[in-house]
Amino acid sequence: MKKIISILLSAILACSAAAALSGCGSASTEDKGEVNIFNWGDYVANGEDGLLDVVEEFEKETGIKVNYTTYDTNEEMYNMLKNSNVSYDVICPSDYMITKLIKENMLLELNFDNIPNYKNLNDRFKKLSCDPEGKYSVCCNWGVTGLVYDKTKVSEKPVSWASLWDEQYKGEILMFNNSRDAMAIAMQMCGIDPSKCTKADIDKATEKLREQKPLVKKYVMDQVFTEMEGGQATIAPYYAGDIEVMMEENEDLDYALPEEGSNLFYDALCIPSCSKNKENAEAFINFMHKPEIAAENCKYLRYGTPNDAAAELLDEDIRNNELTFPSDDYLKKCYVLSDVDDEVYAYMQEQFVNIQAE
Amino acid sequence: MKSRKLSIPYIVWMLVFTMIPLVMIGITAFTDKSGGFSLEPFQKAFTYTNVFLKSLWIAFLSTLISLILAYPLAYMLARMKKSSQNTFVMLLMIPMWMNFLLRIYAWIILLQKNGPLDLALSILGIHGSYIGNTAAVVVGMVYEYLPFMVLPIYTVMCKIDPSLIEAAQDLGSNGFDVFRKVIFPLSVPGIISGITMVFVPSASTFLVSQYLGGTDDIMIGDVIDKIFWTDQNTGSAISLILMIFIFAFLVLMNLFGDEEAIA
Repeated sequence: MKKIISILLSAILACSAAAALSGCGSASTEDKGEVNIFNWGDYVANGEDGLLDVVEEFEKETGIKVNYTTYDTNEEMYNMLKNSNVSYDVICPSDYMITKLIKENMLLELNFDNIPNYKNLNDRFKKLSCDPEGKYSVCCNWGVTGLVYDKTKVSEKPVSWASLWDEQYKGEILMFNNSRDAMAIAMQMCGIDPSKCTKADIDKATEKLREQKPLVKKYVMDQVFTEMEGGQATIAPYYAGDIEVMMEENEDLDYALPEEGSNLFYDALCIPSCSKNKENAEAFINFMHKPEIAAENCKYLRYGTPNDAAAELLDEDIRNNELTFPSDDYLKKCYVLSDVDDEVYAYMQEQFVNIQAE
Repeated sequence: MKSRKLSIPYIVWMLVFTMIPLVMIGITAFTDKSGGFSLEPFQKAFTYTNVFLKSLWIAFLSTLISLILAYPLAYMLARMKKSSQNTFVMLLMIPMWMNFLLRIYAWIILLQKNGPLDLALSILGIHGSYIGNTAAVVVGMVYEYLPFMVLPIYTVMCKIDPSLIEAAQDLGSNGFDVFRKVIFPLSVPGIISGITMVFVPSASTFLVSQYLGGTDDIMIGDVIDKIFWTDQNTGSAISLILMIFIFAFLVLMNLFGDEEAIA
C-alpha cells in the first residue's frame, strides 16, 4: 500500500513539474524562419496528379520552414488549441468554428498590409457572416453538400435528400458519420432550419435518423470514396468537391444538388492567438492566395475558390462545373451552419452516438 | 542495486505515459463539465451497456476461434524439424510486416460485392454480401490477432522437455494420454498469455469493426472516440469501466495460470 501511495505522490509531483516546464517550453526551438501550419488532412495540392507541391513551393520562395500538421475535424482542431500547450501559426477552421474561436478570443487580428493578395478575393467572401468585420479570417475554400449516386442502380434520378430515406435502396445507402452534417440533413427533412438549432430540433432530427438507420449500409466519412468508386453502394451525401473527384474515378456515378438546398460551408485561413510567427503566417496566407497557387489547390480539391484571379486561370470544365461553383440561384437555397452552444453541440453528438449504439 | 538503476528509464516512461494519464482519466471520470465531483459520467456510460456486451462478445468469439485454430498449429510447429519451424514461424509473421489498416483493406476487397469470394460463390449460384456483419468483424479480428495466439503457445510447447514425454510413454501412456496428462497441462501458461493477448486488444479496438462491420457492429472503442469530442467526462468513465473489465479478466486469468504468463 505504501508503495502505491509513493507512486501516486511521485506521479502528482511529475505532473506539476511537467506543467511548470511546459509553461515556458518550446521557446528555445523557435526560429525566425518557421511557420506551423495546422490544416485539414489532404487539403493542399501535394505534387500528385501533375500539380504543384504547394508547401514545398512556399518554402522555396520564402525560405520559411513549414511544419505541417493535419486534423480531420473542426472539433479536433479546437480541442488541440484549447487543451494542449501547442503553438500553431495558421489554422483553417470552417464557418461555425470561426464564430466560436472569435467569441473565445482565440484568433488574432490579421494585418492586411502583409496580405496584398487579399484583393484577389471576390467581395462576397470578404465579410462572411462568421466574421462580419472580416478582421480575422481569409476565406480559402467554399462549397456545398450534395448527393452522389450510381446511375446504374437507381430507378430515377434523385432530386432530394428524401432519397436517403427511400426503402428501395435499403442496405445501399451511406450516411455522414459526423453528427453536424447528418443532423443538418435530417433537420431539412423535418422542415427545420439547421442553421440555428435547439435541443428540441435535435430530438426531431434524431428520430428521423433513427428511422433511417435500418436502411443505411454504413456511416462513413473518407470511406465514402472507396465505397462509391468501387460500386459498393447506391447513394451517399458528401461534399460537392469530393463528389467531383469520385465521378472522375467511376463514370457510373452522377450527382444531384438537393432541391431543398444544402449546407453551404466556408473554410478560412486564420491565425490562432497561440501563434509565435505571425508575420510568417501572414506570408503563408498571402502565398495561398497567389492566383496560380489558389488555382492549383482548386484543381486538386475541387472545392470552390473565392479567389477571382485564380478562377480565371482554371479550365472551363472546372469553372463551369456546378459542383465546384454552384450557381447563385442554388446558393440562395443553402444555409450556413452557425455556432451552437457547447451544451447543444454536446447533446447533438451524444444523440448521434446513441443512434449508432442502439 | 545496479539493476534498479537500469530500470529508471522505464519507470520514468511508465510514470509519464501510463500513471499520469491513468490518474487523469480517473479524475475526469468522476467530475462533471464544471469540474466538481459527479457520478453523472458513469450514469451516462451505462447507457452503452449493450455496446459493451457486444464488444466483449465479439472479443470472446475472436479469442475462441483463434485458440481453436492456433493450438493445433502451435503443436504441429513445436514438433517439426528446427529448420522447418523457422520457415513456418516466418510465414506466420510475414503478414504482420504490413500495416494493420492495409490488411483490413485487403479483407474489404476480398469480402465485398463482386469481390473474389462473391464471384467464387456465385458460380455455385449463391449471391450475397459478406461484409458489413458481425461475422466479417470476427474474421478480421481472428486474422489480425492469430499470430499473438500461436506464438506464446508455440514458445511454451518448445520448452516442454522431451524426456517428460518419453517418461510418460515408458510408463505406458498412449498418444492421447501423453497429450492430456503432459503436453496440455504444460502448455496452459501459453494458452493463457495467448488468450490475454488476443482478448484485450480485440475488446478495445474499433478499426476492424468500422471497416468490416455494418451499422450494428459499433464497438465500445468507437463510442469512446466519438463521445470524447464533446464530453471527456463520459468518455473517461467508459474507458475506466473498460479498463476495470479488462483488469478483472486478467485477474481471472491469473487464477488459472502462473503469474509470469500474464504480460
